[in-house]
Amino acid sequence: MPKLELQGVIKRFGDRTVCDGINLTVDEGQMVCLIGASGSGKSTLLRCINLLEPIEDGAIFLDGEDISIPGLNPQSVRARIGIVFQSFNLFPHMTALENVMLAPRRVRGLFRAELQPEVEALFARFGLADRMHNYPDQLSGGQQQRVAIVRALAMQPEVMLFDEITSALDPQLVGEVLDVLLMLKKQGMTMVMATHEMGFAREAADKICFLDSGRIIEEGPPEAVFDHPSHQTTQAFLARALK
Amino acid sequence: MTRRERYEAHQRRRSLVIATISTVTVVAAIYFLVPLAPGWTKVQQSFFNGETLVKTFPKLLEAFRINVMIFAWSAPAIAVLGLLIALARDAKSPALFPLRIFGAAFTDVFRGVPVILTVYLIGFGIPGLGLPRPWNSPYIWGSLALILTYSAYVAEIFRSGIDSVHHSQRAAALSLGLSERQVMRDVVLPQAIRNVVPSQMNMLIALQKDVSLLSFIGPVEIFRQAGVFKSLLANFTPYVGAAIIFLIVTIPATRYADHLMARQMRERR
Ligand SMILES: Nc1ncnc2c1ncn2[C@@H]1O[C@H](COP(=O)(O)OP(=O)(O)OP(=O)(O)O)[C@@H](O)[C@H]1O
Ligand SMILES: [Mg+2]
Repeated sequence: MPKLELQGVIKRFGDRTVCDGINLTVDEGQMVCLIGASGSGKSTLLRCINLLEPIEDGAIFLDGEDISIPGLNPQSVRARIGIVFQSFNLFPHMTALENVMLAPRRVRGLFRAELQPEVEALFARFGLADRMHNYPDQLSGGQQQRVAIVRALAMQPEVMLFDEITSALDPQLVGEVLDVLLMLKKQGMTMVMATHEMGFAREAADKICFLDSGRIIEEGPPEAVFDHPSHQTTQAFLARALK
Repeated sequence: MTRRERYEAHQRRRSLVIATISTVTVVAAIYFLVPLAPGWTKVQQSFFNGETLVKTFPKLLEAFRINVMIFAWSAPAIAVLGLLIALARDAKSPALFPLRIFGAAFTDVFRGVPVILTVYLIGFGIPGLGLPRPWNSPYIWGSLALILTYSAYVAEIFRSGIDSVHHSQRAAALSLGLSERQVMRDVVLPQAIRNVVPSQMNMLIALQKDVSLLSFIGPVEIFRQAGVFKSLLANFTPYVGAAIIFLIVTIPATRYADHLMARQMRERR
């Protein structure tokens, strides 16, 4: 059974169809990269998986369980699926540590003291041990993004979604964030990421999905999609992206 | 000193000299020209009488304690009620729909009626029901009128603060599994409140001044006290004294609010 499965997912904004019948399976421990032009629907798809956007039709399964039933309380699902955004979205009025502890305290119902060892270990693992008590505006972009990843991981999610998490970073900071993803992959985390980092996608992904106007028009292992794209749109996109 | 620094220092000296000359000219013109007006001696006698000022000032200051008192218990009540109204107006659950309607009606009514009218209606109307002491006190009902009116404005400012928190903050908090209520309490409100502190400071300053409206329904606060002196001494100077006392409080407060506002502008950029 796949860890995450999307069947015919349709998402509309008004009369604009942004996800147009998306089918996708992600196995346990897989890293799937979504690529495609700006506006092709990558972010929207990730937000649908996390139930931040309700879908019009189709279904989303997590461990074989339909999580897209209308009326289902989204909270418990969101706690199992972490998402990290392009613009970090740290809470500016809280220190890095408070950012990370908020959800486990409120949702997992743990006390600060219970959480402290676990959270400190996470900070240390991502090279942030000396940044725990800083506010977001005292951190570099790369550090902020790593704190955002730690914040999502502190909920002990089963799947992680990443939405172009390096796009807002200075080029010299991209590496440190991508390294974090490789680390997670090594630990067996199931991940779906939207990215413009073609080099990284090729190296690290198990599967590439190419989105065009809300449809996955091509998917497969990186070598297949990057080296022998069958679709003309994919060829054109890659020619531009890899130039 | 580089050439550039020399030039800028020269410019600064020049600006300072020009500003000084123009200020001195304006002040001198007022100082010499105003007394030439035909009614000046009379005005000076009845509005700027030093002796009267010295004599009445301590009593005015004492009366001002009443203003401070009314302010001190109204302001926290306004903050709490204003926040509740703001939250009621943004309530999403259908069960709370009546609360939304109530919130909207509340803000419409109390922002739509002049403060003085609300003070009159509540301040005279409710004690008119024949309530027993101390429940017929104009202090209570006058304060309530201020609390209701100001809560309506303060609620709208809180709402604008809630709107000013970027929706990505909500999305981030929801994505972690927090409930709508937790998102509001832990993520949105703290930022919203911080964003509107300068505007709310301005409301506090306005409230401090509007406490004087209660004089119309009884309490002998500073404005009423000045009126008493005016009748007694047939002189308007006590009003000037009252104005001075207000300014001693409001000018620093206004400066501080402006300072906060300017700092926030800088941080936003
Ligand atoms: N809340 C919304 N309301 C209306 N339209 C939206 C909304 N969010 C996204 N869209 C539209 O949906 C389409 C897909 O947007 P989306 O952000 O998912 O694209 P994307 O592939 O992530 O692009 P990018 O690479 O620029 O991030 C766009 O045309 C966008 O204008
Ligand atoms: Mg996007």
